[in-house]
Order: sequence, then structure tokens, then C-alpha cells
Amino acid sequence: MQEVENIVNGQKLFQKPEYQKVLADKKEFEGGMGAVNPEKVAEVAEWTKSWDYREKNLAREAITVNPAKACQPLGAVMVALGFENTMPYVHGSHGCVAYFRSYFTRHFKEPTPCVSDSMTEDAAVFGGLVNMKDGLKNCAALYKPDMIMVSTTCMAEVIGDDLYAFAIAAKEEDGGEFLPEEFPITYAHTPSFVGSHITGYDNMMQGALQQLTEGHQGEQTDTINIIPGFETYIGSIRSIKHIAEEFGANYVMLGDHSDQWDMPAGEYTMFAGGTKIEDARNAINAKATLSLQKYATAKTMKMITKRWKQKESAELNPIGLRGTDEFVMKLAELTGKEVPESLKVERGRLVDAMQDSYPYMHGKKFAIWGDPDFLIGVVGFLLEMGAEPTHVLCHNAPRGWEDEMRALLDTSPAAADCHVWAGKDLWHMRSLLFTEPVDFMIGNSYGKELMRDTGTPLIYIGFPIFDRHHLHRYSISGYDGALNLLTWITNKVLDQLDEETKDIASTDYFFDLVR
Amino acid sequence: MGPETLESKQRAAVEEVLKAYPAKAAKNRAKHLGVGGPEDESQKTCGNVRSNKKTVPGVMSQRGCAYAGSKGVVWGPVKDMIHISHGPIGCGQYSRAGRRNYYIGTTGVDTFVTMNFSSDFQEKDIVFGGDKKLAVCLEEIDALFPLNNGISVQSECPIGLIGDDINATSKVYAKKSGKTIVPVNCEGFRGVSQSLGHHIANDTVRDYVFDAEVDTLGEPIEQTDYDVAIIGDYNIGGDAWSSRILLEEMGLRVVAQWSGDATLKEMAATPKVKLNLLHCYRSMNYISRHMEKEFGIPWMEYNFFGPTQTIKSLRKIASFFDESIQQKCEEVIAKYQPMVDGVINKYKPRLEGKQVMLFVGGLRPRHVIGAYEDLGMEVIGTGYEFAHDDDYKRTKDEIMRSTVIYDDVNEYELEAFVKKLQPDLVASGIKEKYVFQKMGLPYRQMHSWDYSGPYHGYDGFAIFAKDMDLAINSPVWAHTKAPWDKTEAEA
Repeated sequence: MQEVENIVNGQKLFQKPEYQKVLADKKEFEGGMGAVNPEKVAEVAEWTKSWDYREKNLAREAITVNPAKACQPLGAVMVALGFENTMPYVHGSHGCVAYFRSYFTRHFKEPTPCVSDSMTEDAAVFGGLVNMKDGLKNCAALYKPDMIMVSTTCMAEVIGDDLYAFAIAAKEEDGGEFLPEEFPITYAHTPSFVGSHITGYDNMMQGALQQLTEGHQGEQTDTINIIPGFETYIGSIRSIKHIAEEFGANYVMLGDHSDQWDMPAGEYTMFAGGTKIEDARNAINAKATLSLQKYATAKTMKMITKRWKQKESAELNPIGLRGTDEFVMKLAELTGKEVPESLKVERGRLVDAMQDSYPYMHGKKFAIWGDPDFLIGVVGFLLEMGAEPTHVLCHNAPRGWEDEMRALLDTSPAAADCHVWAGKDLWHMRSLLFTEPVDFMIGNSYGKELMRDTGTPLIYIGFPIFDRHHLHRYSISGYDGALNLLTWITNKVLDQLDEETKDIASTDYFFDLVR
Repeated sequence: MGPETLESKQRAAVEEVLKAYPAKAAKNRAKHLGVGGPEDESQKTCGNVRSNKKTVPGVMSQRGCAYAGSKGVVWGPVKDMIHISHGPIGCGQYSRAGRRNYYIGTTGVDTFVTMNFSSDFQEKDIVFGGDKKLAVCLEEIDALFPLNNGISVQSECPIGLIGDDINATSKVYAKKSGKTIVPVNCEGFRGVSQSLGHHIANDTVRDYVFDAEVDTLGEPIEQTDYDVAIIGDYNIGGDAWSSRILLEEMGLRVVAQWSGDATLKEMAATPKVKLNLLHCYRSMNYISRHMEKEFGIPWMEYNFFGPTQTIKSLRKIASFFDESIQQKCEEVIAKYQPMVDGVINKYKPRLEGKQVMLFVGGLRPRHVIGAYEDLGMEVIGTGYEFAHDDDYKRTKDEIMRSTVIYDDVNEYELEAFVKKLQPDLVASGIKEKYVFQKMGLPYRQMHSWDYSGPYHGYDGFAIFAKDMDLAINSPVWAHTKAPWDKTEAEA
């Protein structure tokens, strides 16, 4: 029973003897093997750690277990929230939208506005035109956005709804009351059964930029467009802006959701910050566009180089030292300016810190998973520190990624022990960790069960992160971002060292005050 | 209260909210909003609101889908079975391990609740159908997870649209393997909310657990005269455990929990209990009614939120049994009373008179009202994501004063109601949490217990009281105003 002076929640409540008895007694009625034959559970648990299990596990062809990817419209919602006063609108069932909003909100600890047009069975049969007409009108009337960005769920894609025609029909029917002729409704088809959330990001960004810029081609300006990609680190977007500003570059961040998911307390506004629609329309006239996530913007960048003919455009990955150097040099080239003194100092400080901490990362084995661009960046940084990325797993690896990652790992002296796992999931990772163990894991919250099962310490870097707070506010890009990566990883190594050396009169001779 | 009574403010808030809509939507939403009171004349609902209808498109509803109702609510927590999210990758990922359905087991070996199994549909599966892939999925699961006691197939939207026959595929494999395979046609587009998913899932329990007479491990459960089952408790934060202990202390034997921390065997044994105890009426009344009709098992609704309702429920439960149980029931009530008095004495002075607005799903929009009242707090607005008329009818019995009733409330409306009525606490879900916290309003998630709980039973009430105090009386809310901000008087 609770003690009034010391009320405890479930964590400790269920450890009390009366609850331990309840849980033990319950087994009498349970049909799980743990209740019937615990030895059998232990035996099978042991088998799941074996090479035999690993081989069977890696041979899986159909079932996915504990994936490390999500579906297209999630990425489309992120794109929309990067534009000023823009409502993400998902044509399909509202269940999907409830999921997207929960998912982002659990990660950012911030509200995530997004509407759907609540298609149900009749819409599945007759098409979603009525839903879209009503939905666009209601959305515009209630939330008064300056733009609506429409993406689709798999339901709408399977029945083949025509977004372009529907948007026109909605405006016609509305007659200009809530949806005037010039009101921008951009759209993209984002089928969940193709690619992953980064594909949806790409499709929505490409669609929106193509539609917004139509008829706006004019004189080329000296503007540099920057597309962050499916960036879940708010601080990273700010680091990139900071670098561009140090150059005094005339730049536009296309899809800037950094203020949307980082609102100060005080009052609630549905939208904050974001790329101005006018700036997006003029993006076509920029001198060049820099994508910071190649694999999340493949289609978009193709349009920009081929149709917009921005020949100086480039795909960069400003994570880690070299990645940031390349971004800085590209800006120097595009602006025709020397690298500013302030950035040289920042770089110097980062290198100084790397040289201070390297003994703790050098030679340490890491398992890491996440989106393809994230992995190229963070694995690059691990290599810069002399670490060994033993298992690099990308569930949503697009074509070309595996080769690029392999080439990157081949630059390591430990290349032969570094493995690339494209298209594999986190249950595969479990087998890899048991059979070829590593010192640390780098990944999202889904790594938590791997940490529990294998005992490998988890360094929380990635998306989604639901159970650690505020990490998304930091940067992992630019020199300051690399310093964050260095700090998190080094200090986790040191935490683990303390953990392993804290036994009194046994290992604690190595429990050093100074490290 | 000033010249404007709370009730007139409430009515004005409803009227004001409707003004923002285009005509067609306003007409629809008007039917879902009202002000209810204990004296309501309508016998059908509360505040005269309409419910369980299609959501108005484009309004940022908080509702989920049928898949969420089946996989997320009813089937997902059954711990010794594997639940395949059948279709594209997203649904299973977004719904993975977010609901805090606690269970004991070796995850990945004999229990699987927090994992995500997906058939990860690709374009070719949409074009050529996914039945073959499903068949391989079932085989691979049995090869790699040999201690699973069954597999359910939770359909996502495309399954019903591309003409797959998961029922046939499941049947073939069930026959071949001798295992329980449950195909669930809970595509997200079915119905208007989670609610139809609950119903569909209940029906599959009937068809594939009861009618199929499943094989289960271990000795059969011997019957006693005091066997009961907890139905509609998903063991969020351990709710079913802090309920179970009370029933056991009064001499009853809880043979099954549905479906938090449940095993297939417990569910299969339920048709032999003496009484079904139904907590979440909305999601599991169907199977309770079925067991009444088919097996003659009576069912009763109970409420273990807050001591007033808990005591009422314990006595009502005891009344189904003999005097020995009734005697023990009184002993249980007496045993916990000093602790409950202590909790109330400690927290009521800090919470008395505070006003709360709720928006949740299932049973909570009405069931938790009593718990707030036990702490001297008042609920001034409440509503459900996916209720039916019978839920609103039951709500009328729980409210003590005029209350804004909002069915399927959307982001716009809830924000407007809160701004107008200025409650001291908002209690709803994750999607709304930070909206209200930005405004400086104390907030508690009432789906997940905000990562705390349990809230059921006497021990749960103590946590509930502590958490509400934590939220309302935290110093953090006072920091919003900067020292250089002028107050209205100074300005």
C-alpha cells in the first residue's frame, strides 16, 4: 500500500512485496512460456544470441522486425512546416495524421499542426473529391494559413486520386470565399509503399518548389538556396545559417522548420518562422542551390540542376570536420569571398577539442543506424576521430548509398572489420551485436531495447528520440555541431569507463579523478 | 464568480466557436457541441451532442483509425502473440510502444508487445497483392520466434483496397501450423474513428479465440465460484495490476486481464468466469455482451478512478457474490481508508476549487471526473474522441455541474474553449500537450498518464493526486512572465 509521505509511481510500487505476489500469482493463469516453463525461455533467449540464429535472421525475406524507417507523408509534413504560415494537409484518413503529429510531438516536445480530410470507406469507393473540397475550405477558414501543402496517404494513392484536379475543383466550388484563385495549394503524391519518410520529404519539396516557382523565372540573382533535408536537429539548421551569415552570403533556407519546432513559452501561435512564400517563388532565380542531404533531395536536386539549370548547385553533408570544411569552401567559392576569420577560429577550436579527446574514441567500435545522409555524416566524423564503425545499418538505404558508405569505410585502417548493412532492420542489428559486439551504439530511441538486451551502451543521436529531452535543440552540423557530437560521444565513453571501474576494492583503482 | 455565470460563459463559448466555420461545417459541428448538466432532459446523450459520425474534413481532429483501435488498443497488448502491422511501414512504426501497456515477459522471446512486426509493403505488393508475402511472414515469424502463442494480422488501409484475402491466407497457415492465426480487417478507412476497430477486433476474439477453442500451454485452469475477468483494462502504467490486487484482496480470483498483460490462454479461459468486470465500456462492451448471450456470463461496468467511485464499484462487484466476499470487500475498503484520507488531506487543500478541462478517449472523459472531485476539483468541460451515444448518456450521470460537452473536438475548438473558460488544468493527449503548455497552462496527458501511473485503484489514486498537484503547483508556470514584463495594472 502507498505511504502518504512517500507516494511512488509504478516503477517502485510494483516492487513492493504485495505486488510482487500479485504478479507471481498471475502466472498461474498465463499461457506464455515464461509462466509455464522459464527454462525454455532462457534456452531460446540464449539461442537468439547465436550465429545460427543470426544466419536465419539475416535470411529473412518478408517480415520486418523493429524497423528504422517511417513512411512518406511524415517527410511531407516536415516540408510544409518549413514554410511560413503553411498548413500540412494530408489527403487520406485522419488516423495517419494523428500518428504523424504524435510522432513529431513526442520527439520535439512541441505542437505539430497538420490536418487531414478524413477520408472514410465511401471516399475509398467514390474517391476523395468531396473530402478535399470541404477539407481545403475548412482548413483555410479555421486556421487561415497562407499556403496549404497537400500530401497523400497510401489509401488515396491506391485509389488514385488526382490532387491537381481536386485542388482546382475545390477553388472553383469555393468561389473565392476562403480559397482565392491565387491562394497557393501545393501538392505531392507520397505513397507510403514507396521509399521512406525521406522520399516523402523529397517528393513534397520537389512538388512545392516546382509549383511555387512556375512563371517566376527571371533574372538570376546572387542568392544561394539551402535545403536542409529531413533535418531533425533544430540547432543544425541554425548552425548552417550561422555559417552562411558569417560569409555575409545572400541565402534562403528552403524549408526552415527550426522556429516551428522550437517555440518559446508565453503564448501559442500555430505557426512560427519558416521560408517566406515569396522567397520560395524566387528560388528558381538563385545562383545555386545547396542540398545538405543528398539522399533526401535526389528528385528535388535533379529538378534544380536540370530544369532550373543552376549548374553550380551541390550536395554537401556538413556533419563532422571534413563535411563542414567542404560546405564552407563551397560557400567561399559561390560568394567569391575568403573564409571569414571567425569560422577559422571555430574550426581551430573544434580541431583543438578533437585533439584533446581522441584517446577515448580511438579504436572504439561503434554500431550506428539512421537515415542515409545522417550516417554518411556521422560515420565520417567517427573516422576522423579514429573510431571504428563496425556496423553501419541503414534500413531506408536508397540506391547508391551502400557503395558510398563502403568507400567511406574503406578509408579506415579497420576497413575490413567495418560492415555496411543496407535495407536491414533493428532485429537484424540485435543479432549483429550479439555475434560481433561493439563498444557503443549510436542511434535513436529504438536502440533502447538493444541496449537492454545486449548491454551495449547507447549514445542518443538520431530520430526519433522520445525518451531523452532537448537533444534535438542542439546542432550536429557545422563546427559547433561536430563539437556537440564529440562531447556527447566522449562523455559517454567516460561514463561507461566509470561504470566499469566503480566497484569498491575491486576495480576502483582505475576510477580516476582526472581523465 | 462575477456577473457572467460559468454556464453562460460555456454557452457563449460554443456559439463563438461555431462562427469561424463555413456554413456546411458549422451546421455539422453544432450538433457535436453542447453544454450538459446533471439535470439534462435528454435520455439519449449529454449536452444533446451527436456522436460517432464522420469527422469534418480539414479541421485537425484528434481521432485515430480502425487499425489504431484494433492493433493499438485491443490486440496489441496481448503479450504472448505477435501482431503484424500488415501493409506499408508507417502505421506500425508510429504506433510502436507508445501506449505504455505494461507486461512482464522476455521481450523478443516469449512476449512481444513493444516490438514492431511489419510486412513493409512495397509497390509490387500493392500491384500484385500481398498474400504470398503474408504467408512467408507467418512462416518466418514462427521460425525466428518459436515461443509465440499466435499471430494476428492487423490490416492497414491498402489491404482492403487491393483485394487481398488475409482470411484465406491465415486459414491455410493456421491449418498447416496448428497455431492461432487471427486475420483482422481493421483497415484505417473503416468507420469514423478508432471505435470500429475495437468492434472488429472484439469480433475476431469471438471468432478466433472462443469459437476456435485454441490450444494453450500448461494445465487447464480449474474453475472456482469466485472467478472474474478484468475486461477493457490495457494496463497502462500498470493500471490492471493496481486493480487486480483489490479484487484478489476481497477474495475474488482474477482469471484474465483483457488485454493489458494478457496471454491468449487467459482470454480463452474467460468464457468460464462467473462475472466479467468491464472498465473500458467503449472498446470491449461487444465481447462482454457476446459472453453474456453465448455463455450466460453477467457483466458489470465499474470505475476504479478515485476512492468514491472505487468504493461504489467494489461494493457493486461484491454484491454479485456471497456474504464472505461482501464482508471482505468491507475489510478492503476499511484497510485503505486511512491511506486515502491521508492522501486527500495532503492534496485537497492544494487543489480545491481548481477547474479542469478534459478531452480523452474510451472511458476516461467520464470515469476520471470522480477522481478529480475527490480532490475538490471541478471538471468544466469534457469530451470524447470516438464515443457513441451510450457513452454520453453515461457521462450525464457523472457530471456534477454544467459542463461543456465536445464530441470529436478539434484543435481549433479546444483552444478556443480553453481560452474562454480559463481552466487551471487541461488533461488530454500528446498532440495537444504543448499547445496548452505554451500558454502557460498546467497539463497532464490522460492517455499515457504522462509517463507516470498507474491511476487505477487506491494506490493509483495516490499517484493521481500527487501528479495533479505536481502539474498545478509546479513553480515552472510562474516563470513565463519576465521581470521586465508589465502587469496590466502597471501598463
